[in-house]
Amino acid sequence: MTTTLSQKETRPGTSSEDFSAFLGTLGPIMGLFLVVAAFAVLEPRTFLTLDNLQIILLNTAVVGTAALGATVIIIAGGIDLSVGSNIALCTVVIALCRLHGLSPAVAAILGIVAGACVGLLIGTLVTWLNISSFIVTLGLWGAVRGLAKRLAGGSEISTPPSWISHLLQMLPPGQRWMLMPPGVWLLVVLSLFVAGVLRYTRFGRHVFAIGSNEQTARLCGVPVARTKVMIFVFATVFAGIAGVLQFSYLNNLGDPTTANGYELNVIAAVVIGGASLSGGKGNIFGTLVGALLMTVVGNGCSKVPRLTNADQDIVTGAIIVAAAAFDQFRQSRATAK
Amino acid sequence: MVLSSFTTDMKESPRLRMEGVRKRFGATVALDGVDLRMGSGEVLALVGENGAGKSTLMKVLSGAHAPDEGKMWLDGEEYQPRDPLEARRRGVAMIYQELSLAKDLSVTENILLGMEPVWGPLLRRTEMKRRAADAMSQLGRSDIDPNISLGKLSLAEQQLVEIGRAICVGCRVLVLDEPTSSLTQTDIRHLFEQVKRLKARGLAIIYISHFLEEAREISDRFTVLRDGKSVGGGPTASTATSQIISMMVGRSVDELYPRSARKAGEVVLEVKHLAGESRPVDASVSLHRGEVVGIAGLIGAGRTELLRAIFGLDEIKSGEVRVATYVGPASPARRWAEKMGLLSEDRKHEGLAVDLSIADNLMMTQLGWLVNPTLQAKESRRWIEKLGVKCRSPWQVVSDLSGGNQQKIAIARLLHHDVDVFLLDEPTRGIDVGSKAQIYRLIDELACRGKAILMVSSYLPELLGVCDRIAVMCKGRLVRSVAVDQTDEHRIMLEATGAMEMA
Repeated sequence: MTTTLSQKETRPGTSSEDFSAFLGTLGPIMGLFLVVAAFAVLEPRTFLTLDNLQIILLNTAVVGTAALGATVIIIAGGIDLSVGSNIALCTVVIALCRLHGLSPAVAAILGIVAGACVGLLIGTLVTWLNISSFIVTLGLWGAVRGLAKRLAGGSEISTPPSWISHLLQMLPPGQRWMLMPPGVWLLVVLSLFVAGVLRYTRFGRHVFAIGSNEQTARLCGVPVARTKVMIFVFATVFAGIAGVLQFSYLNNLGDPTTANGYELNVIAAVVIGGASLSGGKGNIFGTLVGALLMTVVGNGCSKVPRLTNADQDIVTGAIIVAAAAFDQFRQSRATAK
Repeated sequence: MVLSSFTTDMKESPRLRMEGVRKRFGATVALDGVDLRMGSGEVLALVGENGAGKSTLMKVLSGAHAPDEGKMWLDGEEYQPRDPLEARRRGVAMIYQELSLAKDLSVTENILLGMEPVWGPLLRRTEMKRRAADAMSQLGRSDIDPNISLGKLSLAEQQLVEIGRAICVGCRVLVLDEPTSSLTQTDIRHLFEQVKRLKARGLAIIYISHFLEEAREISDRFTVLRDGKSVGGGPTASTATSQIISMMVGRSVDELYPRSARKAGEVVLEVKHLAGESRPVDASVSLHRGEVVGIAGLIGAGRTELLRAIFGLDEIKSGEVRVATYVGPASPARRWAEKMGLLSEDRKHEGLAVDLSIADNLMMTQLGWLVNPTLQAKESRRWIEKLGVKCRSPWQVVSDLSGGNQQKIAIARLLHHDVDVFLLDEPTRGIDVGSKAQIYRLIDELACRGKAILMVSSYLPELLGVCDRIAVMCKGRLVRSVAVDQTDEHRIMLEATGAMEMA
């Protein structure tokens, strides 16, 4: 084109976009650092040990994995309140498969498939009936839990030992070279995968587009309904994997009452990580830091004799609000010119 | 410049006087010494390109920003509002483009919101009703039910309620910021009547608009801002529009609507008897390569709906759309694939994902399975440079940009997709004259390169200036189009209002 569209362009040397993004991840990291430092000062002997570090990572894996999926849903402007119930359902499905003589691998895969089926259901209800995901998953929060209890016949299901339980147990002395339990490594790998999907694939960009402005996405030819269903299926695969890890954490136990209230921890992790519940914003790294932050608070409070469970809840609540406030501050700084 | 006539005689002290107002934000100077003076019962048009400082000046006036330097007087008294609330108490009210009303509250409740008369903790409902009714009757609209919830009123009526709220506090200076951008022609007429009524009651009214013709019609005087300075002004009646525009852009606009010799090629879009859910009713139009066809009509005639139906965004009930050689089910994805693009009239809610970056918005229609952000940024920079978008980087979020720059991004999406058929819905709405001129040049250039453009606009001079043919839509029907030299504003209005059929 030969347009002579001369206009002065202002481009300062340092990109404030980069700085803003940097602040976005810096906030949760700073929070994590502060909390770790606080507990390190309060209880250096019990908190700052390698074993305890491993415990913290162990306790982060399930919520962290589920939060990967939740991040995608929340970026797309949705929410999944049924993720805790879904995790419980997965443990039950895996346990039942094991009792029916299936191999651990097949059982784990079927458990993940069960999780994804819940996502398919959510996605279909959200797009076909045009109900908000909040309502759909509020319904499924109870329904999926009920299904898990019915399948389990009302009680926990113990299953024969399998390699699954090694995923999320303390490393035996002979395997210290792994540094972290395999389940935690799995979380690391999955995080890189999801972050890559969000950044480098069309699906990922569509997730942001739908969350930011569904109308624009439609205008631009994004298959909105199909993508939404894909988003819920994709995300609940991670709920399924979290179910496998939970099954491992419970030592080969299918428990329909497990992971109760996890949905709130998962959402809190995502929000602390800098995602916006109105969609269009969020990142995997922040989510991981958020999940870690929540575990550290729980773990640290249990180490300090003066602190109780109640204090842990209060601190966690304060951190969620502080994270949102920090984000708000950052936003208003970014828009004020 | 007509600066000399700027100081019109005013016997008593002026209602509002601003002198040497300066305001800087960090390194940017937003206001660089603005003088403004208006008497009571006067309408002042405040014009200037986007970024000229109009909104900053109004924010200073309404107490949202404190000026760094300069003084203001209201009826001879010094005026230094600490916050918008104080400004309101002193009698300075702003009516923004986006109304600040509560849709679920009643008209009365809205008018008295925040200043409800109370008796202890209890509302004095009769007093509220009396005051609200009083305000509405001053506007000559006692017919609006004060108990109806606001959401049930039309946009124009809601705007009146907001003005009513300003009257209710006893405002002396009323600022109307782009008040007509979402009003129909009839509503605009009504609004102007109200403005005249308020003017007669001695209010000083500052009227901000991109529609220069409107501003001319309603105002007594005008003041032009450019780069944070008041660069000119004078009585509106004796100044030509072109003169005002030159003051705004700082250079003479000899050719706002360029029109190169262009040749119509083969037909790329053929619409036959298209009908949608309620609009359009029956629309037929054809579009050739190298041609710009305009669709005129009143708001509600179904022009936007026609474009949406063509683009596959709205259901088609009957009729046929042929794009190049393809006839069949339509969806936006399909249309993009056929090299057709739509520019939405609603930038903020449909056209752009304003929370996402420039790059993401630009590329949204053209993503492969894998995305390369580096390449994305490189491609975006190309368009940013070509269209002269003022921004810091391709990753800057779109909501940071001014209206004109946002619109350039929305258009760049079509250019990047390299579409052959452009469906442009109000391409210059709410943007500054400089950007407008740029978009007109671009349209001409595209047509010269054999692209086809179907353009909806409510601004007739623009349609007459840019298009080769103009079709008029009336009540969902669009039958024929005529060459632009065979028609004029008068004929178009006759056709648009349906007066032609009766004649």
